[in-house]
Amino acid sequence: MKIITCIKQVPASSQVEVDPKTGVLIRDGNNVKMNPYDLYALEAAFKVNEMKNDVSVHAITMGPPSATSVLNEALYMGADDASLITDRRFAGADVLATSYTLSQLIRHINDYDLIICGKQTTDGDTAQVGPEIAEFLHIPHVPYVKEIVEVKDHSIVVISGYDLYDEKIEIDFPCLITVEKDSYVPRLPSFRRKSTFTGYKIPMISLKDLEDKDPDHYGLSGSPTQVEEIFPPNKKMESKMIEGSTKELSQKIFDILKESRYV
Amino acid sequence: MAYIKVNQDKVTEEIAKQLIDVCPFNAFDYQDAYLSINASCRICKMCVKKGPHGVCEVVDNPKPKIDKSLYNGIAVFIEQHQNQAHPVSWELIGKAKELAKVSKEEVFAIVVGNDVKDITNQALSYGVDRVFVYEDDSFKDFNVELYTNVVEAFFNKYKNNVILFGGTPMGRSFAPKVAARLKTGLTADCTMLEMTETKDLLQIRPAFGGNIMAKIHTPNDRPQMATIRYKMFDKPEIVKPFGKVSYEDLNEISKNTTIKILDHYPKPKVDDISDAEVIIAVGRAFKKQKDLDLIEPLRKKLNAEIACTRPLIENGWFDAKKQIGLSGRTVKPKLIINLGISGAVQYIEGMKDSELIITVNKDKHNKLFDISHYAIVGDIYEVLPELNKLVDQILEAQHGL
Repeated sequence: MKIITCIKQVPASSQVEVDPKTGVLIRDGNNVKMNPYDLYALEAAFKVNEMKNDVSVHAITMGPPSATSVLNEALYMGADDASLITDRRFAGADVLATSYTLSQLIRHINDYDLIICGKQTTDGDTAQVGPEIAEFLHIPHVPYVKEIVEVKDHSIVVISGYDLYDEKIEIDFPCLITVEKDSYVPRLPSFRRKSTFTGYKIPMISLKDLEDKDPDHYGLSGSPTQVEEIFPPNKKMESKMIEGSTKELSQKIFDILKESRYV
Repeated sequence: MAYIKVNQDKVTEEIAKQLIDVCPFNAFDYQDAYLSINASCRICKMCVKKGPHGVCEVVDNPKPKIDKSLYNGIAVFIEQHQNQAHPVSWELIGKAKELAKVSKEEVFAIVVGNDVKDITNQALSYGVDRVFVYEDDSFKDFNVELYTNVVEAFFNKYKNNVILFGGTPMGRSFAPKVAARLKTGLTADCTMLEMTETKDLLQIRPAFGGNIMAKIHTPNDRPQMATIRYKMFDKPEIVKPFGKVSYEDLNEISKNTTIKILDHYPKPKVDDISDAEVIIAVGRAFKKQKDLDLIEPLRKKLNAEIACTRPLIENGWFDAKKQIGLSGRTVKPKLIINLGISGAVQYIEGMKDSELIITVNKDKHNKLFDISHYAIVGDIYEVLPELNKLVDQILEAQHGL
């Protein structure tokens, strides 16, 4: 059985601010790390491996060549293979173009039963790329998986959590799942595994390797949405001190709750 | 294909340094007096707008423009579970009606399920112009494959301008599949929407963990799609229904699926304050454990989790899991109400990122007041009973209906 896990390199800190005068993004350093949600995606893949024999896990990412560092981390954690898709022509991709690019990479790999993604990334926070990849591959997806119940020969049974209820679903392969954080505790990269990968060169795939080579389908050109403007949030933290009679105070609290739609 | 072009003849070491500093994505490499852009570039255009003048420019071969006049109507997907509509859907109808006034369009409700008569009537009473009903036994439970087929069929038939979805777990998993099917844009988890007279939807959402707001548009693709957070907008007023209902033909819609829903369970009660959306936190001002009954009506109404400060754990009133602070849990709810808490630094660190902070304390110089949006100077033993009366009135009114 073959599993592909999609991972992403994200800024190590979300301490980003917009300079209110110039509109320039101010970032706290340029450190990067693996998207924390993807650790759970990898661990879910390893979990499937424990439940069923003969499973291989292939980690993929899209990004600049330096993004191989998160792929290495995945290999040291337990992935068997890794691929990076990188091309300057992918620059400026929104959710649709990113998902399309990754789906093209998965078509290029062309051998999978199950795709596992983290629920979302910490830099984009959209939780949309997984479901869109599935649609581009014409396969179904199950979001917010918190438990893998059973792995059968041709299907997988999982528990997926919505806001009001949990759902137990059986879904045929090939399919895609996105996993919740805290589903399974991610393991640490192993030093011993690291030593077995010395000399392993992560394959780099670019536009010329893909089935669809039309640059207009990728990057900014392939992106329906565009960011028109970024601005600092309205963080006027004003503390309003309210004094008065007991009746006035309780009425005021009630009004605040009503205004913010809690009562 | 769009890209950023660097005019190398204008590049000096000093200019390269300025551009490297201005780029939020580390996309510039300067080597051997040549400034190149690597795959990290997101074409955010910061270098064009904020960098040294004339060094970077966007090169784009524009695609043929679509005819936007062909796409009309603002549609809201009405989310339902067991034939009960999710309230976010009605909030979106309210917002859609505001947007539609600007762009002079109609407001549509898309209703999918197996027994949706009540939801259809509800939609009409909120004043939508048209309700499109897709009713079939196979639509009883939400199935991402079947529901996507429905929305695809809807768009192909009616060519509407905008489709809005609630930013609920269901909407946020379903809308992307629809967007990829229709090959259009989708902005996740918007907190604000604006409309232009030319029918362009401006989608505003927090980015980078809420430190930045991004205004996003969909210049040349339709439909324009967004998921919107719950409790951002008001429900519309109830009106005398005037809209039309269309029962849609389902013959052309494929009902094949490889997903089998085996079971539903009500959500297990999470005994964890870390993920709670609403928290009532109590502190030492409560003199006896019995006095905690005072918060019960409010807790019920807000469906809140109860949390506490360290001394109450030491009193043995609560399990240690309920403690907020450096030695307890860090919480970030949408609403926290602090009752009778003195506000030690350790406590404040554990909750200061909450979205709305209301604090009641009789001490005017309470440190918690500085980080509270509303600092209510009063004694909890006086304010809570009065507040409970107001809450009870509401509860009674609801049960009376």
